[in-house]
Amino acid sequence: MPLHTDSQYEEELQHLRAKVLEMGGLVEKQIGDAVTSLIARDSTLAREVIERDHMVNYLDVAIDEACVRLLALHQPAARDLRFITTSLRISTDLERIGDIAENICERALELNTESPLTPRPEIPDMAEGARAMLRDSLDAFLQSSSDVTATPDMRTASEETLDALPRDAPDLALSVCQRDDRIDDLTTQIFNAMLSQMQQQPEHASRATRILFVAKYLERVADHATNIAEMVIYLAKGKSIRHVSPLPESV
Amino acid sequence: MEPHEPPPTATVGPPRPETGNGRDPTALGSAPATEVAIRDLCLSYANDVLTLKHIDLDIAKGEVTAFIGPSGCGKSTLLRCLNRLNDLVDGCTIHGSIKLGGLEILDSTLDVTELRKRVGMVFQKPNPFPKTIYENVAYGPRILGLHHKPRLDEIVEQSLRDAALWEEVKDRLYDNALGLSGGQHQRLCIARTLAVEPEVVLMDEPCSALDPIATAKIEELIHELKKQYTIVIVTHNMQQAARVSDATAFLYLGELIEFGRTEKLFTTPEKQATEDYVTGRFG
Repeated sequence: MPLHTDSQYEEELQHLRAKVLEMGGLVEKQIGDAVTSLIARDSTLAREVIERDHMVNYLDVAIDEACVRLLALHQPAARDLRFITTSLRISTDLERIGDIAENICERALELNTESPLTPRPEIPDMAEGARAMLRDSLDAFLQSSSDVTATPDMRTASEETLDALPRDAPDLALSVCQRDDRIDDLTTQIFNAMLSQMQQQPEHASRATRILFVAKYLERVADHATNIAEMVIYLAKGKSIRHVSPLPESV
Repeated sequence: MEPHEPPPTATVGPPRPETGNGRDPTALGSAPATEVAIRDLCLSYANDVLTLKHIDLDIAKGEVTAFIGPSGCGKSTLLRCLNRLNDLVDGCTIHGSIKLGGLEILDSTLDVTELRKRVGMVFQKPNPFPKTIYENVAYGPRILGLHHKPRLDEIVEQSLRDAALWEEVKDRLYDNALGLSGGQHQRLCIARTLAVEPEVVLMDEPCSALDPIATAKIEELIHELKKQYTIVIVTHNMQQAARVSDATAFLYLGELIEFGRTEKLFTTPEKQATEDYVTGRFG
């Protein structure tokens, strides 16, 4: 696709894309570190994550401002318009995921003051599933926004590897939406396990409740990743699959 | 786009509002009726070079249809076909069909004056006559044979009201029209067009000589006028097309590339050339 005739506009779009990708990378790291701090009982790491949340908030505001500026000054249309509105919404979901990372760390710090419960395999399983959904939704965004702005010399190493991916961005995004149900099932499993543990050993109630919270947080991460994936499909295809049940087989 | 590409398959019939998820289901309604049906229209100014190539387009009644495209794409030429203004160009040949209701506009035996009463035109540069405001508006009805003064007074007032100019000029109807501002000139020209009660109003870049406030007034007026008239507007200003029109046709090198609901064309166009044009990636 040719570049925009207005090079200032082109540059601002590239800048916006770079900011969204930067925020995505940071949030991925936040959620990864948060889960590690919980599983490894690493309070130092948990405090680092909480400390870093202001960076996520800063990027959220910066992206908002860049989008509003583009909308006000350039009257974008078609794919550019979808790219900007999608970026605006993705940054909101990323900011929420950032807050969730912080919440997980708060629960980890509380849990670390007590002796560990028997580890539940569902937690690392959910964490891995939710993180993979987030990663794939961001990869799909990276891929489907590349023809909005990227020039060959702007390509990052990560984009080079994307060329090797067998699936195209809308399919990858759809697969993210399809995986959300499994995370919901795991949440139900944890809920039932924690409930029976609290009934049998009421002295574990405070720890079990916190683990239940963590499960709910991870379930929310998967929901936000699904939102991002839905918006990527809108960006790439111009059609909305939000609130559509059952999900389409393909896009 | 390669010039040798086969002609794009244009939509036949006015583009319909889309149905589907996320859209207001009450907004569906029935499809608008066709006011002007253009079929396989070809036009050449000289040497068999086609300025318009096999255009198929249906203009819906009571809607605003915008023609957009880069300079020289044929959008003004297409507009001027609708009231036979190209007749005045030497060497211009036209083939195909343009139907206004049951009337074949391209019929060589047609009374062009009668046609232009039904299909009025507002030009890029406001061109009021050097007469009074009243005479400018009464001019059309008069040459059509209306001389009954009370009836003329009524028509002048109604036309000026419809053109959103009445309040500004009602106390100086007999002043020279040339004393009005540029934006008022254009609304006076619109009033003059409305005075003969046309069915279709053609507008060729009606705001390009106006400041932003006068432009906003004309755009507001277009929204009002479409309740009574079918409007076809040519504009270089894509945002204006997006603001005022219901359907948009994108022309390029004499071909109709894409014709659809304005909202669709500016958010999710079908054709790459349309995408490139509306996002400013042309040339």
